[in-house]
Amino acid sequence: MSTITPTRPPQSGAPSARPAEAAGRVGGGLFDPKQLVKSFPDAMKKLDPRVMVKSPVMFVVLIGSLVTTVLAVKNPGDWFGWAITVWLWLTTIFANLAEAVAEGRGKAQADTLRKAKTDTVARRLIGKNEERVPGTELRIGDLVVCEAGDIIPGDGDVVEGVASVDESAITGESAPVIRESGGDRCAVTGGTKVLSDRIVVKITTKPGETFIDRMINLVEGAARQKTPNEIALNILLASLTIVFLLAVVTLKPFAIYAGADKQTSMIVLTALLVCLIPTTIGALLSAIGIAGMDRLVQRNVLAMSGRAVEAAGDVSTLLLDKTGTITLGNRQASEFAPVAGTTEAELADAAQLSSLADETPEGRSIVVLAKEKYGLRERHQGELAHAEWVEFTAQTRMSGVDLVEDGVERKVRKGATGSVVAWVKERGGSVSEDAQALTDRISQAGGTPLLVALEDDKGARVLGVIHLKDVVKEGMRERFDELRRMGIKTVMITGDNPLTAKAIAEEAGVDDFLAEATPEDKMALIKREQAGGKLVAMTGDGTNDAPALAQADVGVAMNTGTSAAKEAGNMVDLDSNPTKLIEIVEIGKQLLITRGALTTFSIANDVAKYFAIIPAMFAVAYPSLDKLNIMGLASPESAILSAVIFNALIIIALVPLALKGVRYRPSSADSMLRRNLGIYGLGGLVAPFIGIKIIDLLLSLIPGIG
Amino acid sequence: MSPVLAGVLQLLALIAALALSYRPLGDYMARVYSSDKHLRVEKWIYKGIGANPGVEMRWPAYLRGVLAFSAASVLFLYLLQRLQGSLPGSLGFVSIDPDQAFNTAASFVANTNWQSYYGEQAMGHVVQTGGLAVQNFVSAAVGIAVAVALVRGFARSRTGELGNFWADLVRGTVRILLPIAVIGALVLVACGAIQNFAGIHEVGQFMGGSQQWNGGAVASQEVIKELGTNGGGYFNANSAHPFENPNPLSNLFEVYLILVIPFALTRTFGRMVGSLKQGYAILGTMATIWVVFTGLMMWTEFAHNGPAFDLAGGAMEGKETRFGIGGSSIFAVATTLTSTGAVNSFHSSYTGFGGGITMLGMQLGEIAPGGVGSGLYGMLIMAIIAVFIAGLMVGRTPEYLGKKIGTREIKFAACYILITPALVLCFTAVAMALDTPSNSMTNSGAHGFSEILYAYTSGANNNGSAFAGLNADTQWFNSTIGIAMLLGRFLPMVFVLALAGSLAEQKPVPETAGTLRTEKPLFTGLLVGTIMIITGLTYFPALALGPLAEGLAA
Repeated sequence: MSTITPTRPPQSGAPSARPAEAAGRVGGGLFDPKQLVKSFPDAMKKLDPRVMVKSPVMFVVLIGSLVTTVLAVKNPGDWFGWAITVWLWLTTIFANLAEAVAEGRGKAQADTLRKAKTDTVARRLIGKNEERVPGTELRIGDLVVCEAGDIIPGDGDVVEGVASVDESAITGESAPVIRESGGDRCAVTGGTKVLSDRIVVKITTKPGETFIDRMINLVEGAARQKTPNEIALNILLASLTIVFLLAVVTLKPFAIYAGADKQTSMIVLTALLVCLIPTTIGALLSAIGIAGMDRLVQRNVLAMSGRAVEAAGDVSTLLLDKTGTITLGNRQASEFAPVAGTTEAELADAAQLSSLADETPEGRSIVVLAKEKYGLRERHQGELAHAEWVEFTAQTRMSGVDLVEDGVERKVRKGATGSVVAWVKERGGSVSEDAQALTDRISQAGGTPLLVALEDDKGARVLGVIHLKDVVKEGMRERFDELRRMGIKTVMITGDNPLTAKAIAEEAGVDDFLAEATPEDKMALIKREQAGGKLVAMTGDGTNDAPALAQADVGVAMNTGTSAAKEAGNMVDLDSNPTKLIEIVEIGKQLLITRGALTTFSIANDVAKYFAIIPAMFAVAYPSLDKLNIMGLASPESAILSAVIFNALIIIALVPLALKGVRYRPSSADSMLRRNLGIYGLGGLVAPFIGIKIIDLLLSLIPGIG
Repeated sequence: MSPVLAGVLQLLALIAALALSYRPLGDYMARVYSSDKHLRVEKWIYKGIGANPGVEMRWPAYLRGVLAFSAASVLFLYLLQRLQGSLPGSLGFVSIDPDQAFNTAASFVANTNWQSYYGEQAMGHVVQTGGLAVQNFVSAAVGIAVAVALVRGFARSRTGELGNFWADLVRGTVRILLPIAVIGALVLVACGAIQNFAGIHEVGQFMGGSQQWNGGAVASQEVIKELGTNGGGYFNANSAHPFENPNPLSNLFEVYLILVIPFALTRTFGRMVGSLKQGYAILGTMATIWVVFTGLMMWTEFAHNGPAFDLAGGAMEGKETRFGIGGSSIFAVATTLTSTGAVNSFHSSYTGFGGGITMLGMQLGEIAPGGVGSGLYGMLIMAIIAVFIAGLMVGRTPEYLGKKIGTREIKFAACYILITPALVLCFTAVAMALDTPSNSMTNSGAHGFSEILYAYTSGANNNGSAFAGLNADTQWFNSTIGIAMLLGRFLPMVFVLALAGSLAEQKPVPETAGTLRTEKPLFTGLLVGTIMIITGLTYFPALALGPLAEGLAA
């Protein structure tokens, strides 16, 4: 049987109350235009060439801006040179602004976290004695004491005691959580506050490397490294930049031969180069990456690396724990099955009566079902006179009531099959055959049967069976269908026996299940999937989940879990809501889609820019080339300037999209490609024709240009 | 029958013939490169060159084979020309000058067949048949071998092994090129092409005076010239010469020979990667570009207005009356969309747009359907670029044929697409900037520029056709075009083989509903778009100053 720890259902009011998740979709973060102004100083700081060189495309723009500046200074009367220079600088600054805005959103979060990281004083235990040392001096293995009101000085495991802890500093969740020694709830995080009792914590991380430190680094982007796909895209963009650089540099001798030397000044060629190289994606690439991480942070998920977010988009197998992810935490009554000679209504009535003294969630669910399905008003224990209540206990596994109505004594019982059968037989009754048949049917369907029995003047007998079943969370089947359309296989992991597991798996619509799962089984399953080239994502929280979490391509550890689990996974869900795995996958995909969409858009943009700049440069040398001026731009100067301005403004215009991410709806690769190609491919071809024309119209209103 | 209708019918007949041979030839080639049996004659060759055909090679070893064999070929061909004066069977021609000998050796080994010499006035039987024709076979076989190595990279997993270069080279020559060439030569002879070892004949002309006619093994060289997408004519007039290409039927047959292997290789590719549909998608991309280009070419050549053109039924200058505009347009597009470079008409005399189409065809990288082998690997590189960009748009890191396109793969692909534009643009720019090279132009203005742009486009892309009008037999052009041809041929191969090695090492990613479907028409459309935009953007300014300026002026 299972040795894995069932994951806990989300605490009430935690993630499910978040609007983004309630909508069930990857929503974007909010974008406030004020952020542009606020991030401006940061954008200026990024003009440092040592920073710029990391983005080859934007580095070329920076060089271009410097070149045109020098030329403009040398020839100060040339308004055109100045205009181009200003807009090239704006292009560079806009790119930095995009990144600064993306980072700025993390900064606010980091500041809140820093407040939690105030210098704490630790009460270190040396033998039996306590000494007070600064939290920063703690070493791994030190034991510290924390009592009600203390801030826990560092990450560690509780080795003694139980306490309720306020973790709102990290999770934003105000309800306190219980931390106790041993088991899977022993991990505590530095910066959180003990609300009651006393615990002894064994420190497990060095100061400066605690969870909060890592969180601060992550949200600030300090620990950000380029992901493999980002590096690959950068290589492609660099190679395109070189191609365009060659195309522009070699154009000069061609132009001299054609007699267009004057029209292809250094300033014009620089403008052409900046228009051609993929500045849009070059400017937004890192903002897209930061925003992707940020979208996870907004959902209270911390990805330890961008690589993990990218891998999430590629995941093709999801391992989902049954309890808490697929089903609600508790079994619920779903059906009253009476034996021959009893009506459903009689059974429901008896079931309700016998469950009133059962305060377990299962008992409550029987009362609720009786009310919802048979309109039986819930009676309260005080309403009935002469009633003797039999409370449910784990030993008797039965609950019920002894009533005297109209002088007749009625005893009603409900409980586990064995207990109720024994109770009936004790009273000389017999268990009818169809009761046995009903019990078997429910067991086979993966449910748990509870018998309802009655003893009155007609003797003791079984009235029928209550079907208790695992209740699959609402909307899970639809989600799994969506995942299937996205090409993702779902595997349910459960400690249940195969029969029960199969029934639930079918009901929930998962593709596969692993019953009576041990950590070893889980590990073997992950390795098997990976051997087939698939990427696997899973959640886990127990120490025994740690190896599997480390093996999985995306391992999401629950924040309530052990430090071992958190260490092994590459993401931590602060809300400890395993259902979020699905959203993580969607965010990963959205990140990649945004990157691809803006790359396509950026490259498609170039076509229109040629139609603006080529006739502007060469119509004098070859009047026939004026036919390429299909936009009918006013003058060569305004044409080139319009292209440059469009090129700069499109960056700012797309910042919100880069931060929010492209709208994502789960669907097959085919329909997604068709949609995105239509919007960003064709749109990228057409949009600049319109944009450049409009800018040209506005520019031509300025006297001296048109 | 109107000339337009005749042109369209010829195109349809060509498509039908290509369609008929697509499956059998494609499947046959897949069997050739997958079989582990050796023919007796092949065993003799292996023994002769001391190669063990059973040894699997990783990409560096495979590349060493390609480079060593090609270097030896360049050296051999160079020496053969330099020593021609002292060799028997040379029709009394003298040895070739060093710069021209280098250019010609590089040209034939690089499967380019750029010719800065007049065949009938410079090369005797020994060089033509013993040197040039041999290279026409083996340089083509090298191209197919490299393509097959890349296909194996996609098909194989968890190994770095790409096959054996020597086995691929020998099999391509013995089992594919030779048998088709033998049959093809007989067809050409039947059409009227010559095949003899006769000497030089003095023939009287109608108008008085006399001219020299050479005999030679023309049909046998003509067939491999087209089949191996080589393009080097026995005579200077190339396929416009009646001894090489006597009539419209032989003309159409030659176009068929040019296109048959490059198209059928997509079937071989589909077979070897285990999905014929993937092969059809690549075929679809190639065929779309080829048909559209041919259609545009016919349109611009037929539609040319003016009294002289109307009388001739279109732009007939530089075209043979026996082929007409249809037969010439079909040939011109086929020869420039492959790395052939044979010509049956003078591309310089085409309309401005027509000349532009021939140049753009080469600048696409000759991938529709491209040279034997080089067309397939060039197209697969573009597919990788397209998959990389579009793959992201389906929300996964890009993969093609079950292989991830990661940092390493994109690095090799990005280097590949850099090479020919860099060679073409840089050499053209330097030639334009210097005084001496531009003296070789016969025309001024946009057309003169086109001559030089065309020369380097043709050389770096291993096409070999000339725009005519440019005097390319100068030390400058012999040397720079020679270098462009070698770099344009072998640098890309380095990256293709490195890429193949990297792909072969990967474990395959299983296909799911979330995988980008690269066998669908949508992807074909995307691939066409990617090719046109990336190439178009690279060459648009240069083309604007040459063919576009000329074409728009008309």
